[in-house]
Amino acid sequence: MKLQLSRMLLLISAIALLGTAFVGCKKKAKDADIKAAIETALKGDPMAANTMVDVKDGVATLTGECKDEMCKSHCGDLVKGIKGVKEVVNNCTVAPPPVVPVITDVAADALSKAVADALKDAPGVAGTVKDQILTLTGEISKDKVQKLMMALNALKSMGLKSIDSKNLIRK
Amino acid sequence: MSLVITEKYKELTDAAVAAGVSNLQVREQDGVLYVDGDATGAVKQQLWDIYGKIDPDYSSGDLMLNINSVAGVMEGAKLKVTTNRTNLNIRKGPGTDHSILGKAARHEIVTLVRKENDQWWVIKTDDGEEGYSYTQYLTPVEA
Repeated sequence: MKLQLSRMLLLISAIALLGTAFVGCKKKAKDADIKAAIETALKGDPMAANTMVDVKDGVATLTGECKDEMCKSHCGDLVKGIKGVKEVVNNCTVAPPPVVPVITDVAADALSKAVADALKDAPGVAGTVKDQILTLTGEISKDKVQKLMMALNALKSMGLKSIDSKNLIRK
Repeated sequence: MSLVITEKYKELTDAAVAAGVSNLQVREQDGVLYVDGDATGAVKQQLWDIYGKIDPDYSSGDLMLNINSVAGVMEGAKLKVTTNRTNLNIRKGPGTDHSILGKAARHEIVTLVRKENDQWWVIKTDDGEEGYSYTQYLTPVEA
């Protein structure tokens, strides 16, 4: 009778153990399926090119770089909609905006005009702006350079990215 | 992460911090260092002198120093005409393509009527002449 009881107990615990093993396998398989489904969805979306995902117990964790906030929340929404996803942890980082953004043609005209105004006081200097970069040529006396550069550097707020004065002679 | 150009201008950025430049931003992008902030005219001059020491003749083209010394100037403020040698033109509109209405003498004190933009302000002389002048040559009279 004692033997039978311990055998029963052994059998029951074996079944229980097997049961947990099956559940563990099931969870892992489910997570892997969800991850695969998410990756397929991300791959098909141009905004999500740099987004990576990891899934554990139905919780999807996103990492990688997004170009802006809109991109980040879009990725989060996309993943939330995938079957099996219980929760989304969005750890995507947003890249900082460019220091000098690209300006419109209208703004570029205003910038060129502002450069012309700044050069009015330095008659020997010529300047052209292309793609928001100013190239200076001609001649200027050394004592006038600082004042000119002060006026030109202020145009960064109008979209001026940099000044190339390699060919400007200081005399 | 220490970037090469940021290191080159360390003396300048350290001075900016020490001088209490407000809204100070120091960022490097595409080989150019951008230093932005607001300060008094005296601090702006100090930083530009350091710039000139590090990059004689300002020929490297690797720094854009955008220190605004007129951000806090209010309408009605007194401004001193700080041209190099000549008088300051008072124009009909905000640009050198507009006709000249009158002139303010070097070192004359004028009054700020309105800020059109960062480069052009509407000013008024004691004689009652009113029009647009280039901010490069207008220095707020500091109390």
